Amino acid sequence: MRPKHAWMRETYQKSVEKMPERPVLHKTLSDIEPEPLYTPEDLKDFNYEEKLGYPGEYPYTRGVYGSMYRSKLWTMRMFAGFGTAEQTNERFKKLLEAGQTGLSTAFDLPTLMGYDADHPLAKGEVGKMGVAVSSLADMEILFDGIDLEKVTTSMTINAPANAIWAMYLAMAKKKGYDWKKLGGTIQNDILKEFIAQKEFIFPPEPSTKLVIDTFEWGPKHVPRWNFISVSGYHIREAGATAVQELAFTLADGFEYVEWALKRGLDIDEFAPRISFFFDVHNDFFEEIAKFRAARRIWAREMRERYGAKNPRSWMLRTHAQTAGVSLTAQQPLNNIARVAIQALAAVLGGTNSLHTDAYDEALALPTEEAAKIALRTQQIIAYETGVTHTIDPLAGSYYVEWLTDKIEAEAMRYIEEIRRMGGVIKGIESGYFLREIADASYKYQKEVESGERIIVGVNAFQDDEDVEVPLLQVDPEVERVQCERLARVRRERDPERAKEALEGLRQAAVEDRNTMPHFVECALAYCTLGEMMDVLREVYGVYEEPVMV
Amino acid sequence: MERRIRVLIAKPGLDGHDRGAKVVARALRDAGMEVIYTGLRQTPEMIVSAALQEDVDAIGLSILSGAHLHYFREVKRLLDEQNASDILLFGGGIIPDEDIPKLQEIGVARAFGPGTPTQEIVDFLKQAVPQRWSAQQDR
Repeated sequence: MRPKHAWMRETYQKSVEKMPERPVLHKTLSDIEPEPLYTPEDLKDFNYEEKLGYPGEYPYTRGVYGSMYRSKLWTMRMFAGFGTAEQTNERFKKLLEAGQTGLSTAFDLPTLMGYDADHPLAKGEVGKMGVAVSSLADMEILFDGIDLEKVTTSMTINAPANAIWAMYLAMAKKKGYDWKKLGGTIQNDILKEFIAQKEFIFPPEPSTKLVIDTFEWGPKHVPRWNFISVSGYHIREAGATAVQELAFTLADGFEYVEWALKRGLDIDEFAPRISFFFDVHNDFFEEIAKFRAARRIWAREMRERYGAKNPRSWMLRTHAQTAGVSLTAQQPLNNIARVAIQALAAVLGGTNSLHTDAYDEALALPTEEAAKIALRTQQIIAYETGVTHTIDPLAGSYYVEWLTDKIEAEAMRYIEEIRRMGGVIKGIESGYFLREIADASYKYQKEVESGERIIVGVNAFQDDEDVEVPLLQVDPEVERVQCERLARVRRERDPERAKEALEGLRQAAVEDRNTMPHFVECALAYCTLGEMMDVLREVYGVYEEPVMV
Repeated sequence: MERRIRVLIAKPGLDGHDRGAKVVARALRDAGMEVIYTGLRQTPEMIVSAALQEDVDAIGLSILSGAHLHYFREVKRLLDEQNASDILLFGGGIIPDEDIPKLQEIGVARAFGPGTPTQEIVDFLKQAVPQRWSAQQDR
């Protein structure tokens, strides 16, 4: 075969002389510069078995399940939550009626930060960015009339994850469900909060200790539950590149594994229940390559470095969400196209679960109509495009394989660097992650403002037409309703039982024992979220991050 | 020696999404302004007291949680209470168009929506702050 450089010289250059290359940035969102063409030359040393293998088999590059979407489509899981527990319950039911296959709960900021709805800092925030859950009473309403054995529930909760999970389990118990039959996920990834989303309460070490409590307790009591979803999504949204997202997320995953091993847990008992969550952004092939590289790295490190023997410990199972940060407030209907393309990339990347953003989310929380179009987008990909016929259909593309290798190598460089600095918590405390992400996001912003990166409708193809987008309004009454319910809970519960439960939690934290059984008891005793978190604030203290621009 | 514009960038409330705040802070700094970034989870009281202490010309609030009306109202009220109403108040985040008039009523000079070029914010401050300086000299 004639070498590529010969073609470049003889044919490509001539073509460019006649018709110059367009003056656009030929760079992925991770600053990788693809060449004009890829050929077998670029995969000279490509060992199929080592790099790809078969779906459902190590190294899982081509997918974690043997028959992938031919047997079971990805879970269509739309993130929803606003206002009161009643309002979100209603939205849940509507999404299930529309054919959604799993629930995903968005909590409001006070809940995410471990404050009750009637805390002074909650003022103006109750029910705004998600649903307010301050006690078991709210949880009971939130899932009223939903069959918990038929759906799996995902809950996006981090610093107070133990408490919120305990409330869910207490609610299920009171309704007569067997925990062994419940499926779902709590995000519970505190490390990425310190790196990106900033919804932390306690310092990194005790925060990680609380996560490991779920690693230890979960598999014994709620075996089908993913007690963590190690998340790159927020890291990406904060401005990281695809490579940084991949590297920092996997580094977080390895950090948890190391903590769990230090506690003396058996890797093959907890690792199968670790799940992941990635962003899926605009650079189509880079995103597909990222998902494939993620599975390969996780499988290899789990088997080779950490010595996991159970194949389920090697599988990186992941949820994906289209990139909220890529949505534009200008010409918002264009977002429907962006979301469709991103969702297609996630599917071609072999995701196991997917949330598609609604087109109005650069403006407000999604209306019902917008959320429905986003779900229909997934259904169109699943049922009309034919991409589900064959597994990992882009495997063997010279470009996709080259890019998968490239992203893996770049991500491993970062992972090694983090290992050299002594792990993720060291990097958090030194401000390493904050600096890396702030630099990347500023660089991106400069590329957009200089016009090097085109965003349709924002810095090119603008129009002055105002599109009227109906926006979801959160009822200002929410705060009052939630506070009243909370007051009733405090009035009507058994005060002795609540006090004892909180004391039990305090003792467990002080004595460094597993807190989960105590969280469950607190939830059953109708202790509020704020009360539980306050106990731990006293024991662990609170965290202030290094301030840097 | 040209007088430098001093700006306080703050994240009020519980919302920790600080990508925009940090990008704007850097852009203002690159444009030659002195920028004080207060970090996360500031109460309106903390923000106003930092603004007075640092003697800033303008305060920029970044809010993505939907609680913007509440926080702008509070910060404005405290500024008025401290006789500091001439400090320019501006902001950005996920702010729907229909809330812009409400923010203007509160006394917010400008609210910049998603996708605003940072240059637009720089130009706005370079125009509005010197006006404030001349108004001060006239007093």
